[in-house]
Amino acid sequence: MTTTPLVPPADELARSDPSPTVTVQAAGRLHLRVVGTSVAAPGVRNLVLARADGARLPAYPPGSHLVLHCGQRRNAYSLTGCGTRPGTYTVSVLLLADGQGGSRWVHGLQVGDELVADRPRSAFAPVSTATHHLLVAGGIGITPVLSHARSAVRWGRSFDLLYGYRPGAAAHLAELRALCGAYLHELPVMANFLAAVEAALIGSRIGTHLYACGPAPMLDAVVGRAGELGWPEERVHTERFSAEALDPGEPFEAVLTRSARRVPVPSGTSLLDALDGAGVTVPSMCRQGVCGECRVAVLDGEPLHRDLFLSEQERAAGDSVMCCVSRSRNPYLELDL
Amino acid sequence: MTTPVQSRPLPQRVRDFPFPFPTDSYRYSTNVEPAGRPKATAGGTWGASVLHVDESYASDAAECEALLRADPSRCQALAHMRPAVWDALLYVLTELERAQPGLFQLEELGHEQFRWTNRALDVEQVFRYGDDSSLPDDPLRWLAPQLQDDLVLLDQREDALWADAGVVTAAADWSMKFDVGMSFLEVHGPVPRIHPERIISRAQDFLMRLAPGEEYRRTNWTMTVGRRLDSGTETYPEWGPDRRLVLGQDLGARLHLRVEVQHLVRLPSSGTIAFLIRTYLLPLDDIALVPAWRDRVAAVLDELPEDMADYKGLTRFRSAAVDWLRAAGAP
Repeated sequence: MTTTPLVPPADELARSDPSPTVTVQAAGRLHLRVVGTSVAAPGVRNLVLARADGARLPAYPPGSHLVLHCGQRRNAYSLTGCGTRPGTYTVSVLLLADGQGGSRWVHGLQVGDELVADRPRSAFAPVSTATHHLLVAGGIGITPVLSHARSAVRWGRSFDLLYGYRPGAAAHLAELRALCGAYLHELPVMANFLAAVEAALIGSRIGTHLYACGPAPMLDAVVGRAGELGWPEERVHTERFSAEALDPGEPFEAVLTRSARRVPVPSGTSLLDALDGAGVTVPSMCRQGVCGECRVAVLDGEPLHRDLFLSEQERAAGDSVMCCVSRSRNPYLELDL
Repeated sequence: MTTPVQSRPLPQRVRDFPFPFPTDSYRYSTNVEPAGRPKATAGGTWGASVLHVDESYASDAAECEALLRADPSRCQALAHMRPAVWDALLYVLTELERAQPGLFQLEELGHEQFRWTNRALDVEQVFRYGDDSSLPDDPLRWLAPQLQDDLVLLDQREDALWADAGVVTAAADWSMKFDVGMSFLEVHGPVPRIHPERIISRAQDFLMRLAPGEEYRRTNWTMTVGRRLDSGTETYPEWGPDRRLVLGQDLGARLHLRVEVQHLVRLPSSGTIAFLIRTYLLPLDDIALVPAWRDRVAAVLDELPEDMADYKGLTRFRSAAVDWLRAAGAP
């Protein structure tokens, strides 16, 4: 699965070593080597990755994703393992003919190729106190759900997995059958899939948490129905893939008050990347406007907020901006940098 | 003028001591910094590794073991914390080996089996990751005496952190049994001053954003009469009265600066926050070996607001401590 691709500045690609000031990101960077590939389903390539230097890979919570530096882009892919002491990382990538090149790049990788990734990030983890875990996957949305299922089996958690797919196009099906046994519900017919989801939403015991990943229309339908049936929001967890890329935005200029500099931010380049390209490193983690790490104080101008982190009140105050995704409503944005 | 005492090399316990006061006045703050970086003090250096194994390792282990035998309720784990407990166990064993590879060794035998060798306590144990029955005791209970730190595991859900497991034998007047299952905010309910300033809620926000594998640390402090690690709420009748003792000539030997080095780690595979609390006790006699520390502690104690001194249980002896430290510094 993929989320918003991120375009790093061109000069970062040319740089062989990260500058010493980029400690947060440099420490989080992994150099990986492709040690296996296979076809998980028609059009779905499975990659097995190990650390290029042979060292141990960081463990990760179930449902985590790995941001691969795919040539000019950065794409996030769900890790399909359970995450406990992983010997390798595995991702399954659907080739998107009309995508922006990330999946094509991954499909071109061969055993022995080396690549760079950020450390795994967790945004779709199981809730430990759930009485039951209802896992719902549509199509290639199976990838983080497979990670959940492995972890549930390992720790003996109660779960059901509803897997909707087009006949003949289901990734990881044999693996899932062996892993989940009777807890896997295969639903190759769309009408049956929706009916099964409906029945599970109605029939699941109190304390169940729902985890859903798949195409946006499917997620909207599942989440909408859960809401209508009275599911509390905090028991509904989604992982959106193929999230629409944020529009490239209008160009503007960042005015850095403390360092008395002006940094142009072209359309299609994030404020974070523009600052980084100018040698001004802001600590960042998710680069998707979720984690809150890259918050910068705004002294003047009106931010165009596109993040999911700031509260409505904080947005209205207009005194800070998440520079990985947000931009400026005016030609200038004055920052406390 | 250099006195004979100062010209002698400082004892290891003094050189390793995490002296906590950067200025002459102390207030609560969200004083976190990245872990694992050596920090210089006027007396030496501390903090090069997350776990610090020192000369008191074996005696601390014996004290912890005796306490857990006498009061098994010091070790608590709610049922849903099993994956977190195993994540913590492997993290701690790995960090022990990293800190002292000559004393500790963790070998991976394959098929999730490990062999753990602890030469300091003469422990050799083969176990299978995630399999409670492969250890002679509950995993946290087995781990506790081998770790000089107290350990609390915070589960993250519903936009909050929950103290759902832990083993605590050196608490500074609190109780794991009392706190288990509480939220991070509830646990800190009794602390004065921190709530209007949102210190704890900001700390919680910070912790909830830690990425897997990230490690931070902070210090906290109080004072204790006697070299006593256990001042848990459970044993208050044993140590509480000491706070009211009138200390005489032996004040410098009996009154200890008690410093906690707290590590905050996002465990990688469970996503749990491990809260490690290592307690150091240094008598004022030793503090006075470092003139900068002696003057700083006197200034901090003298300036400390009444409500904070009261919460820390210092009211009865702080002015005597200030007088003692200033007299020790007098020419």
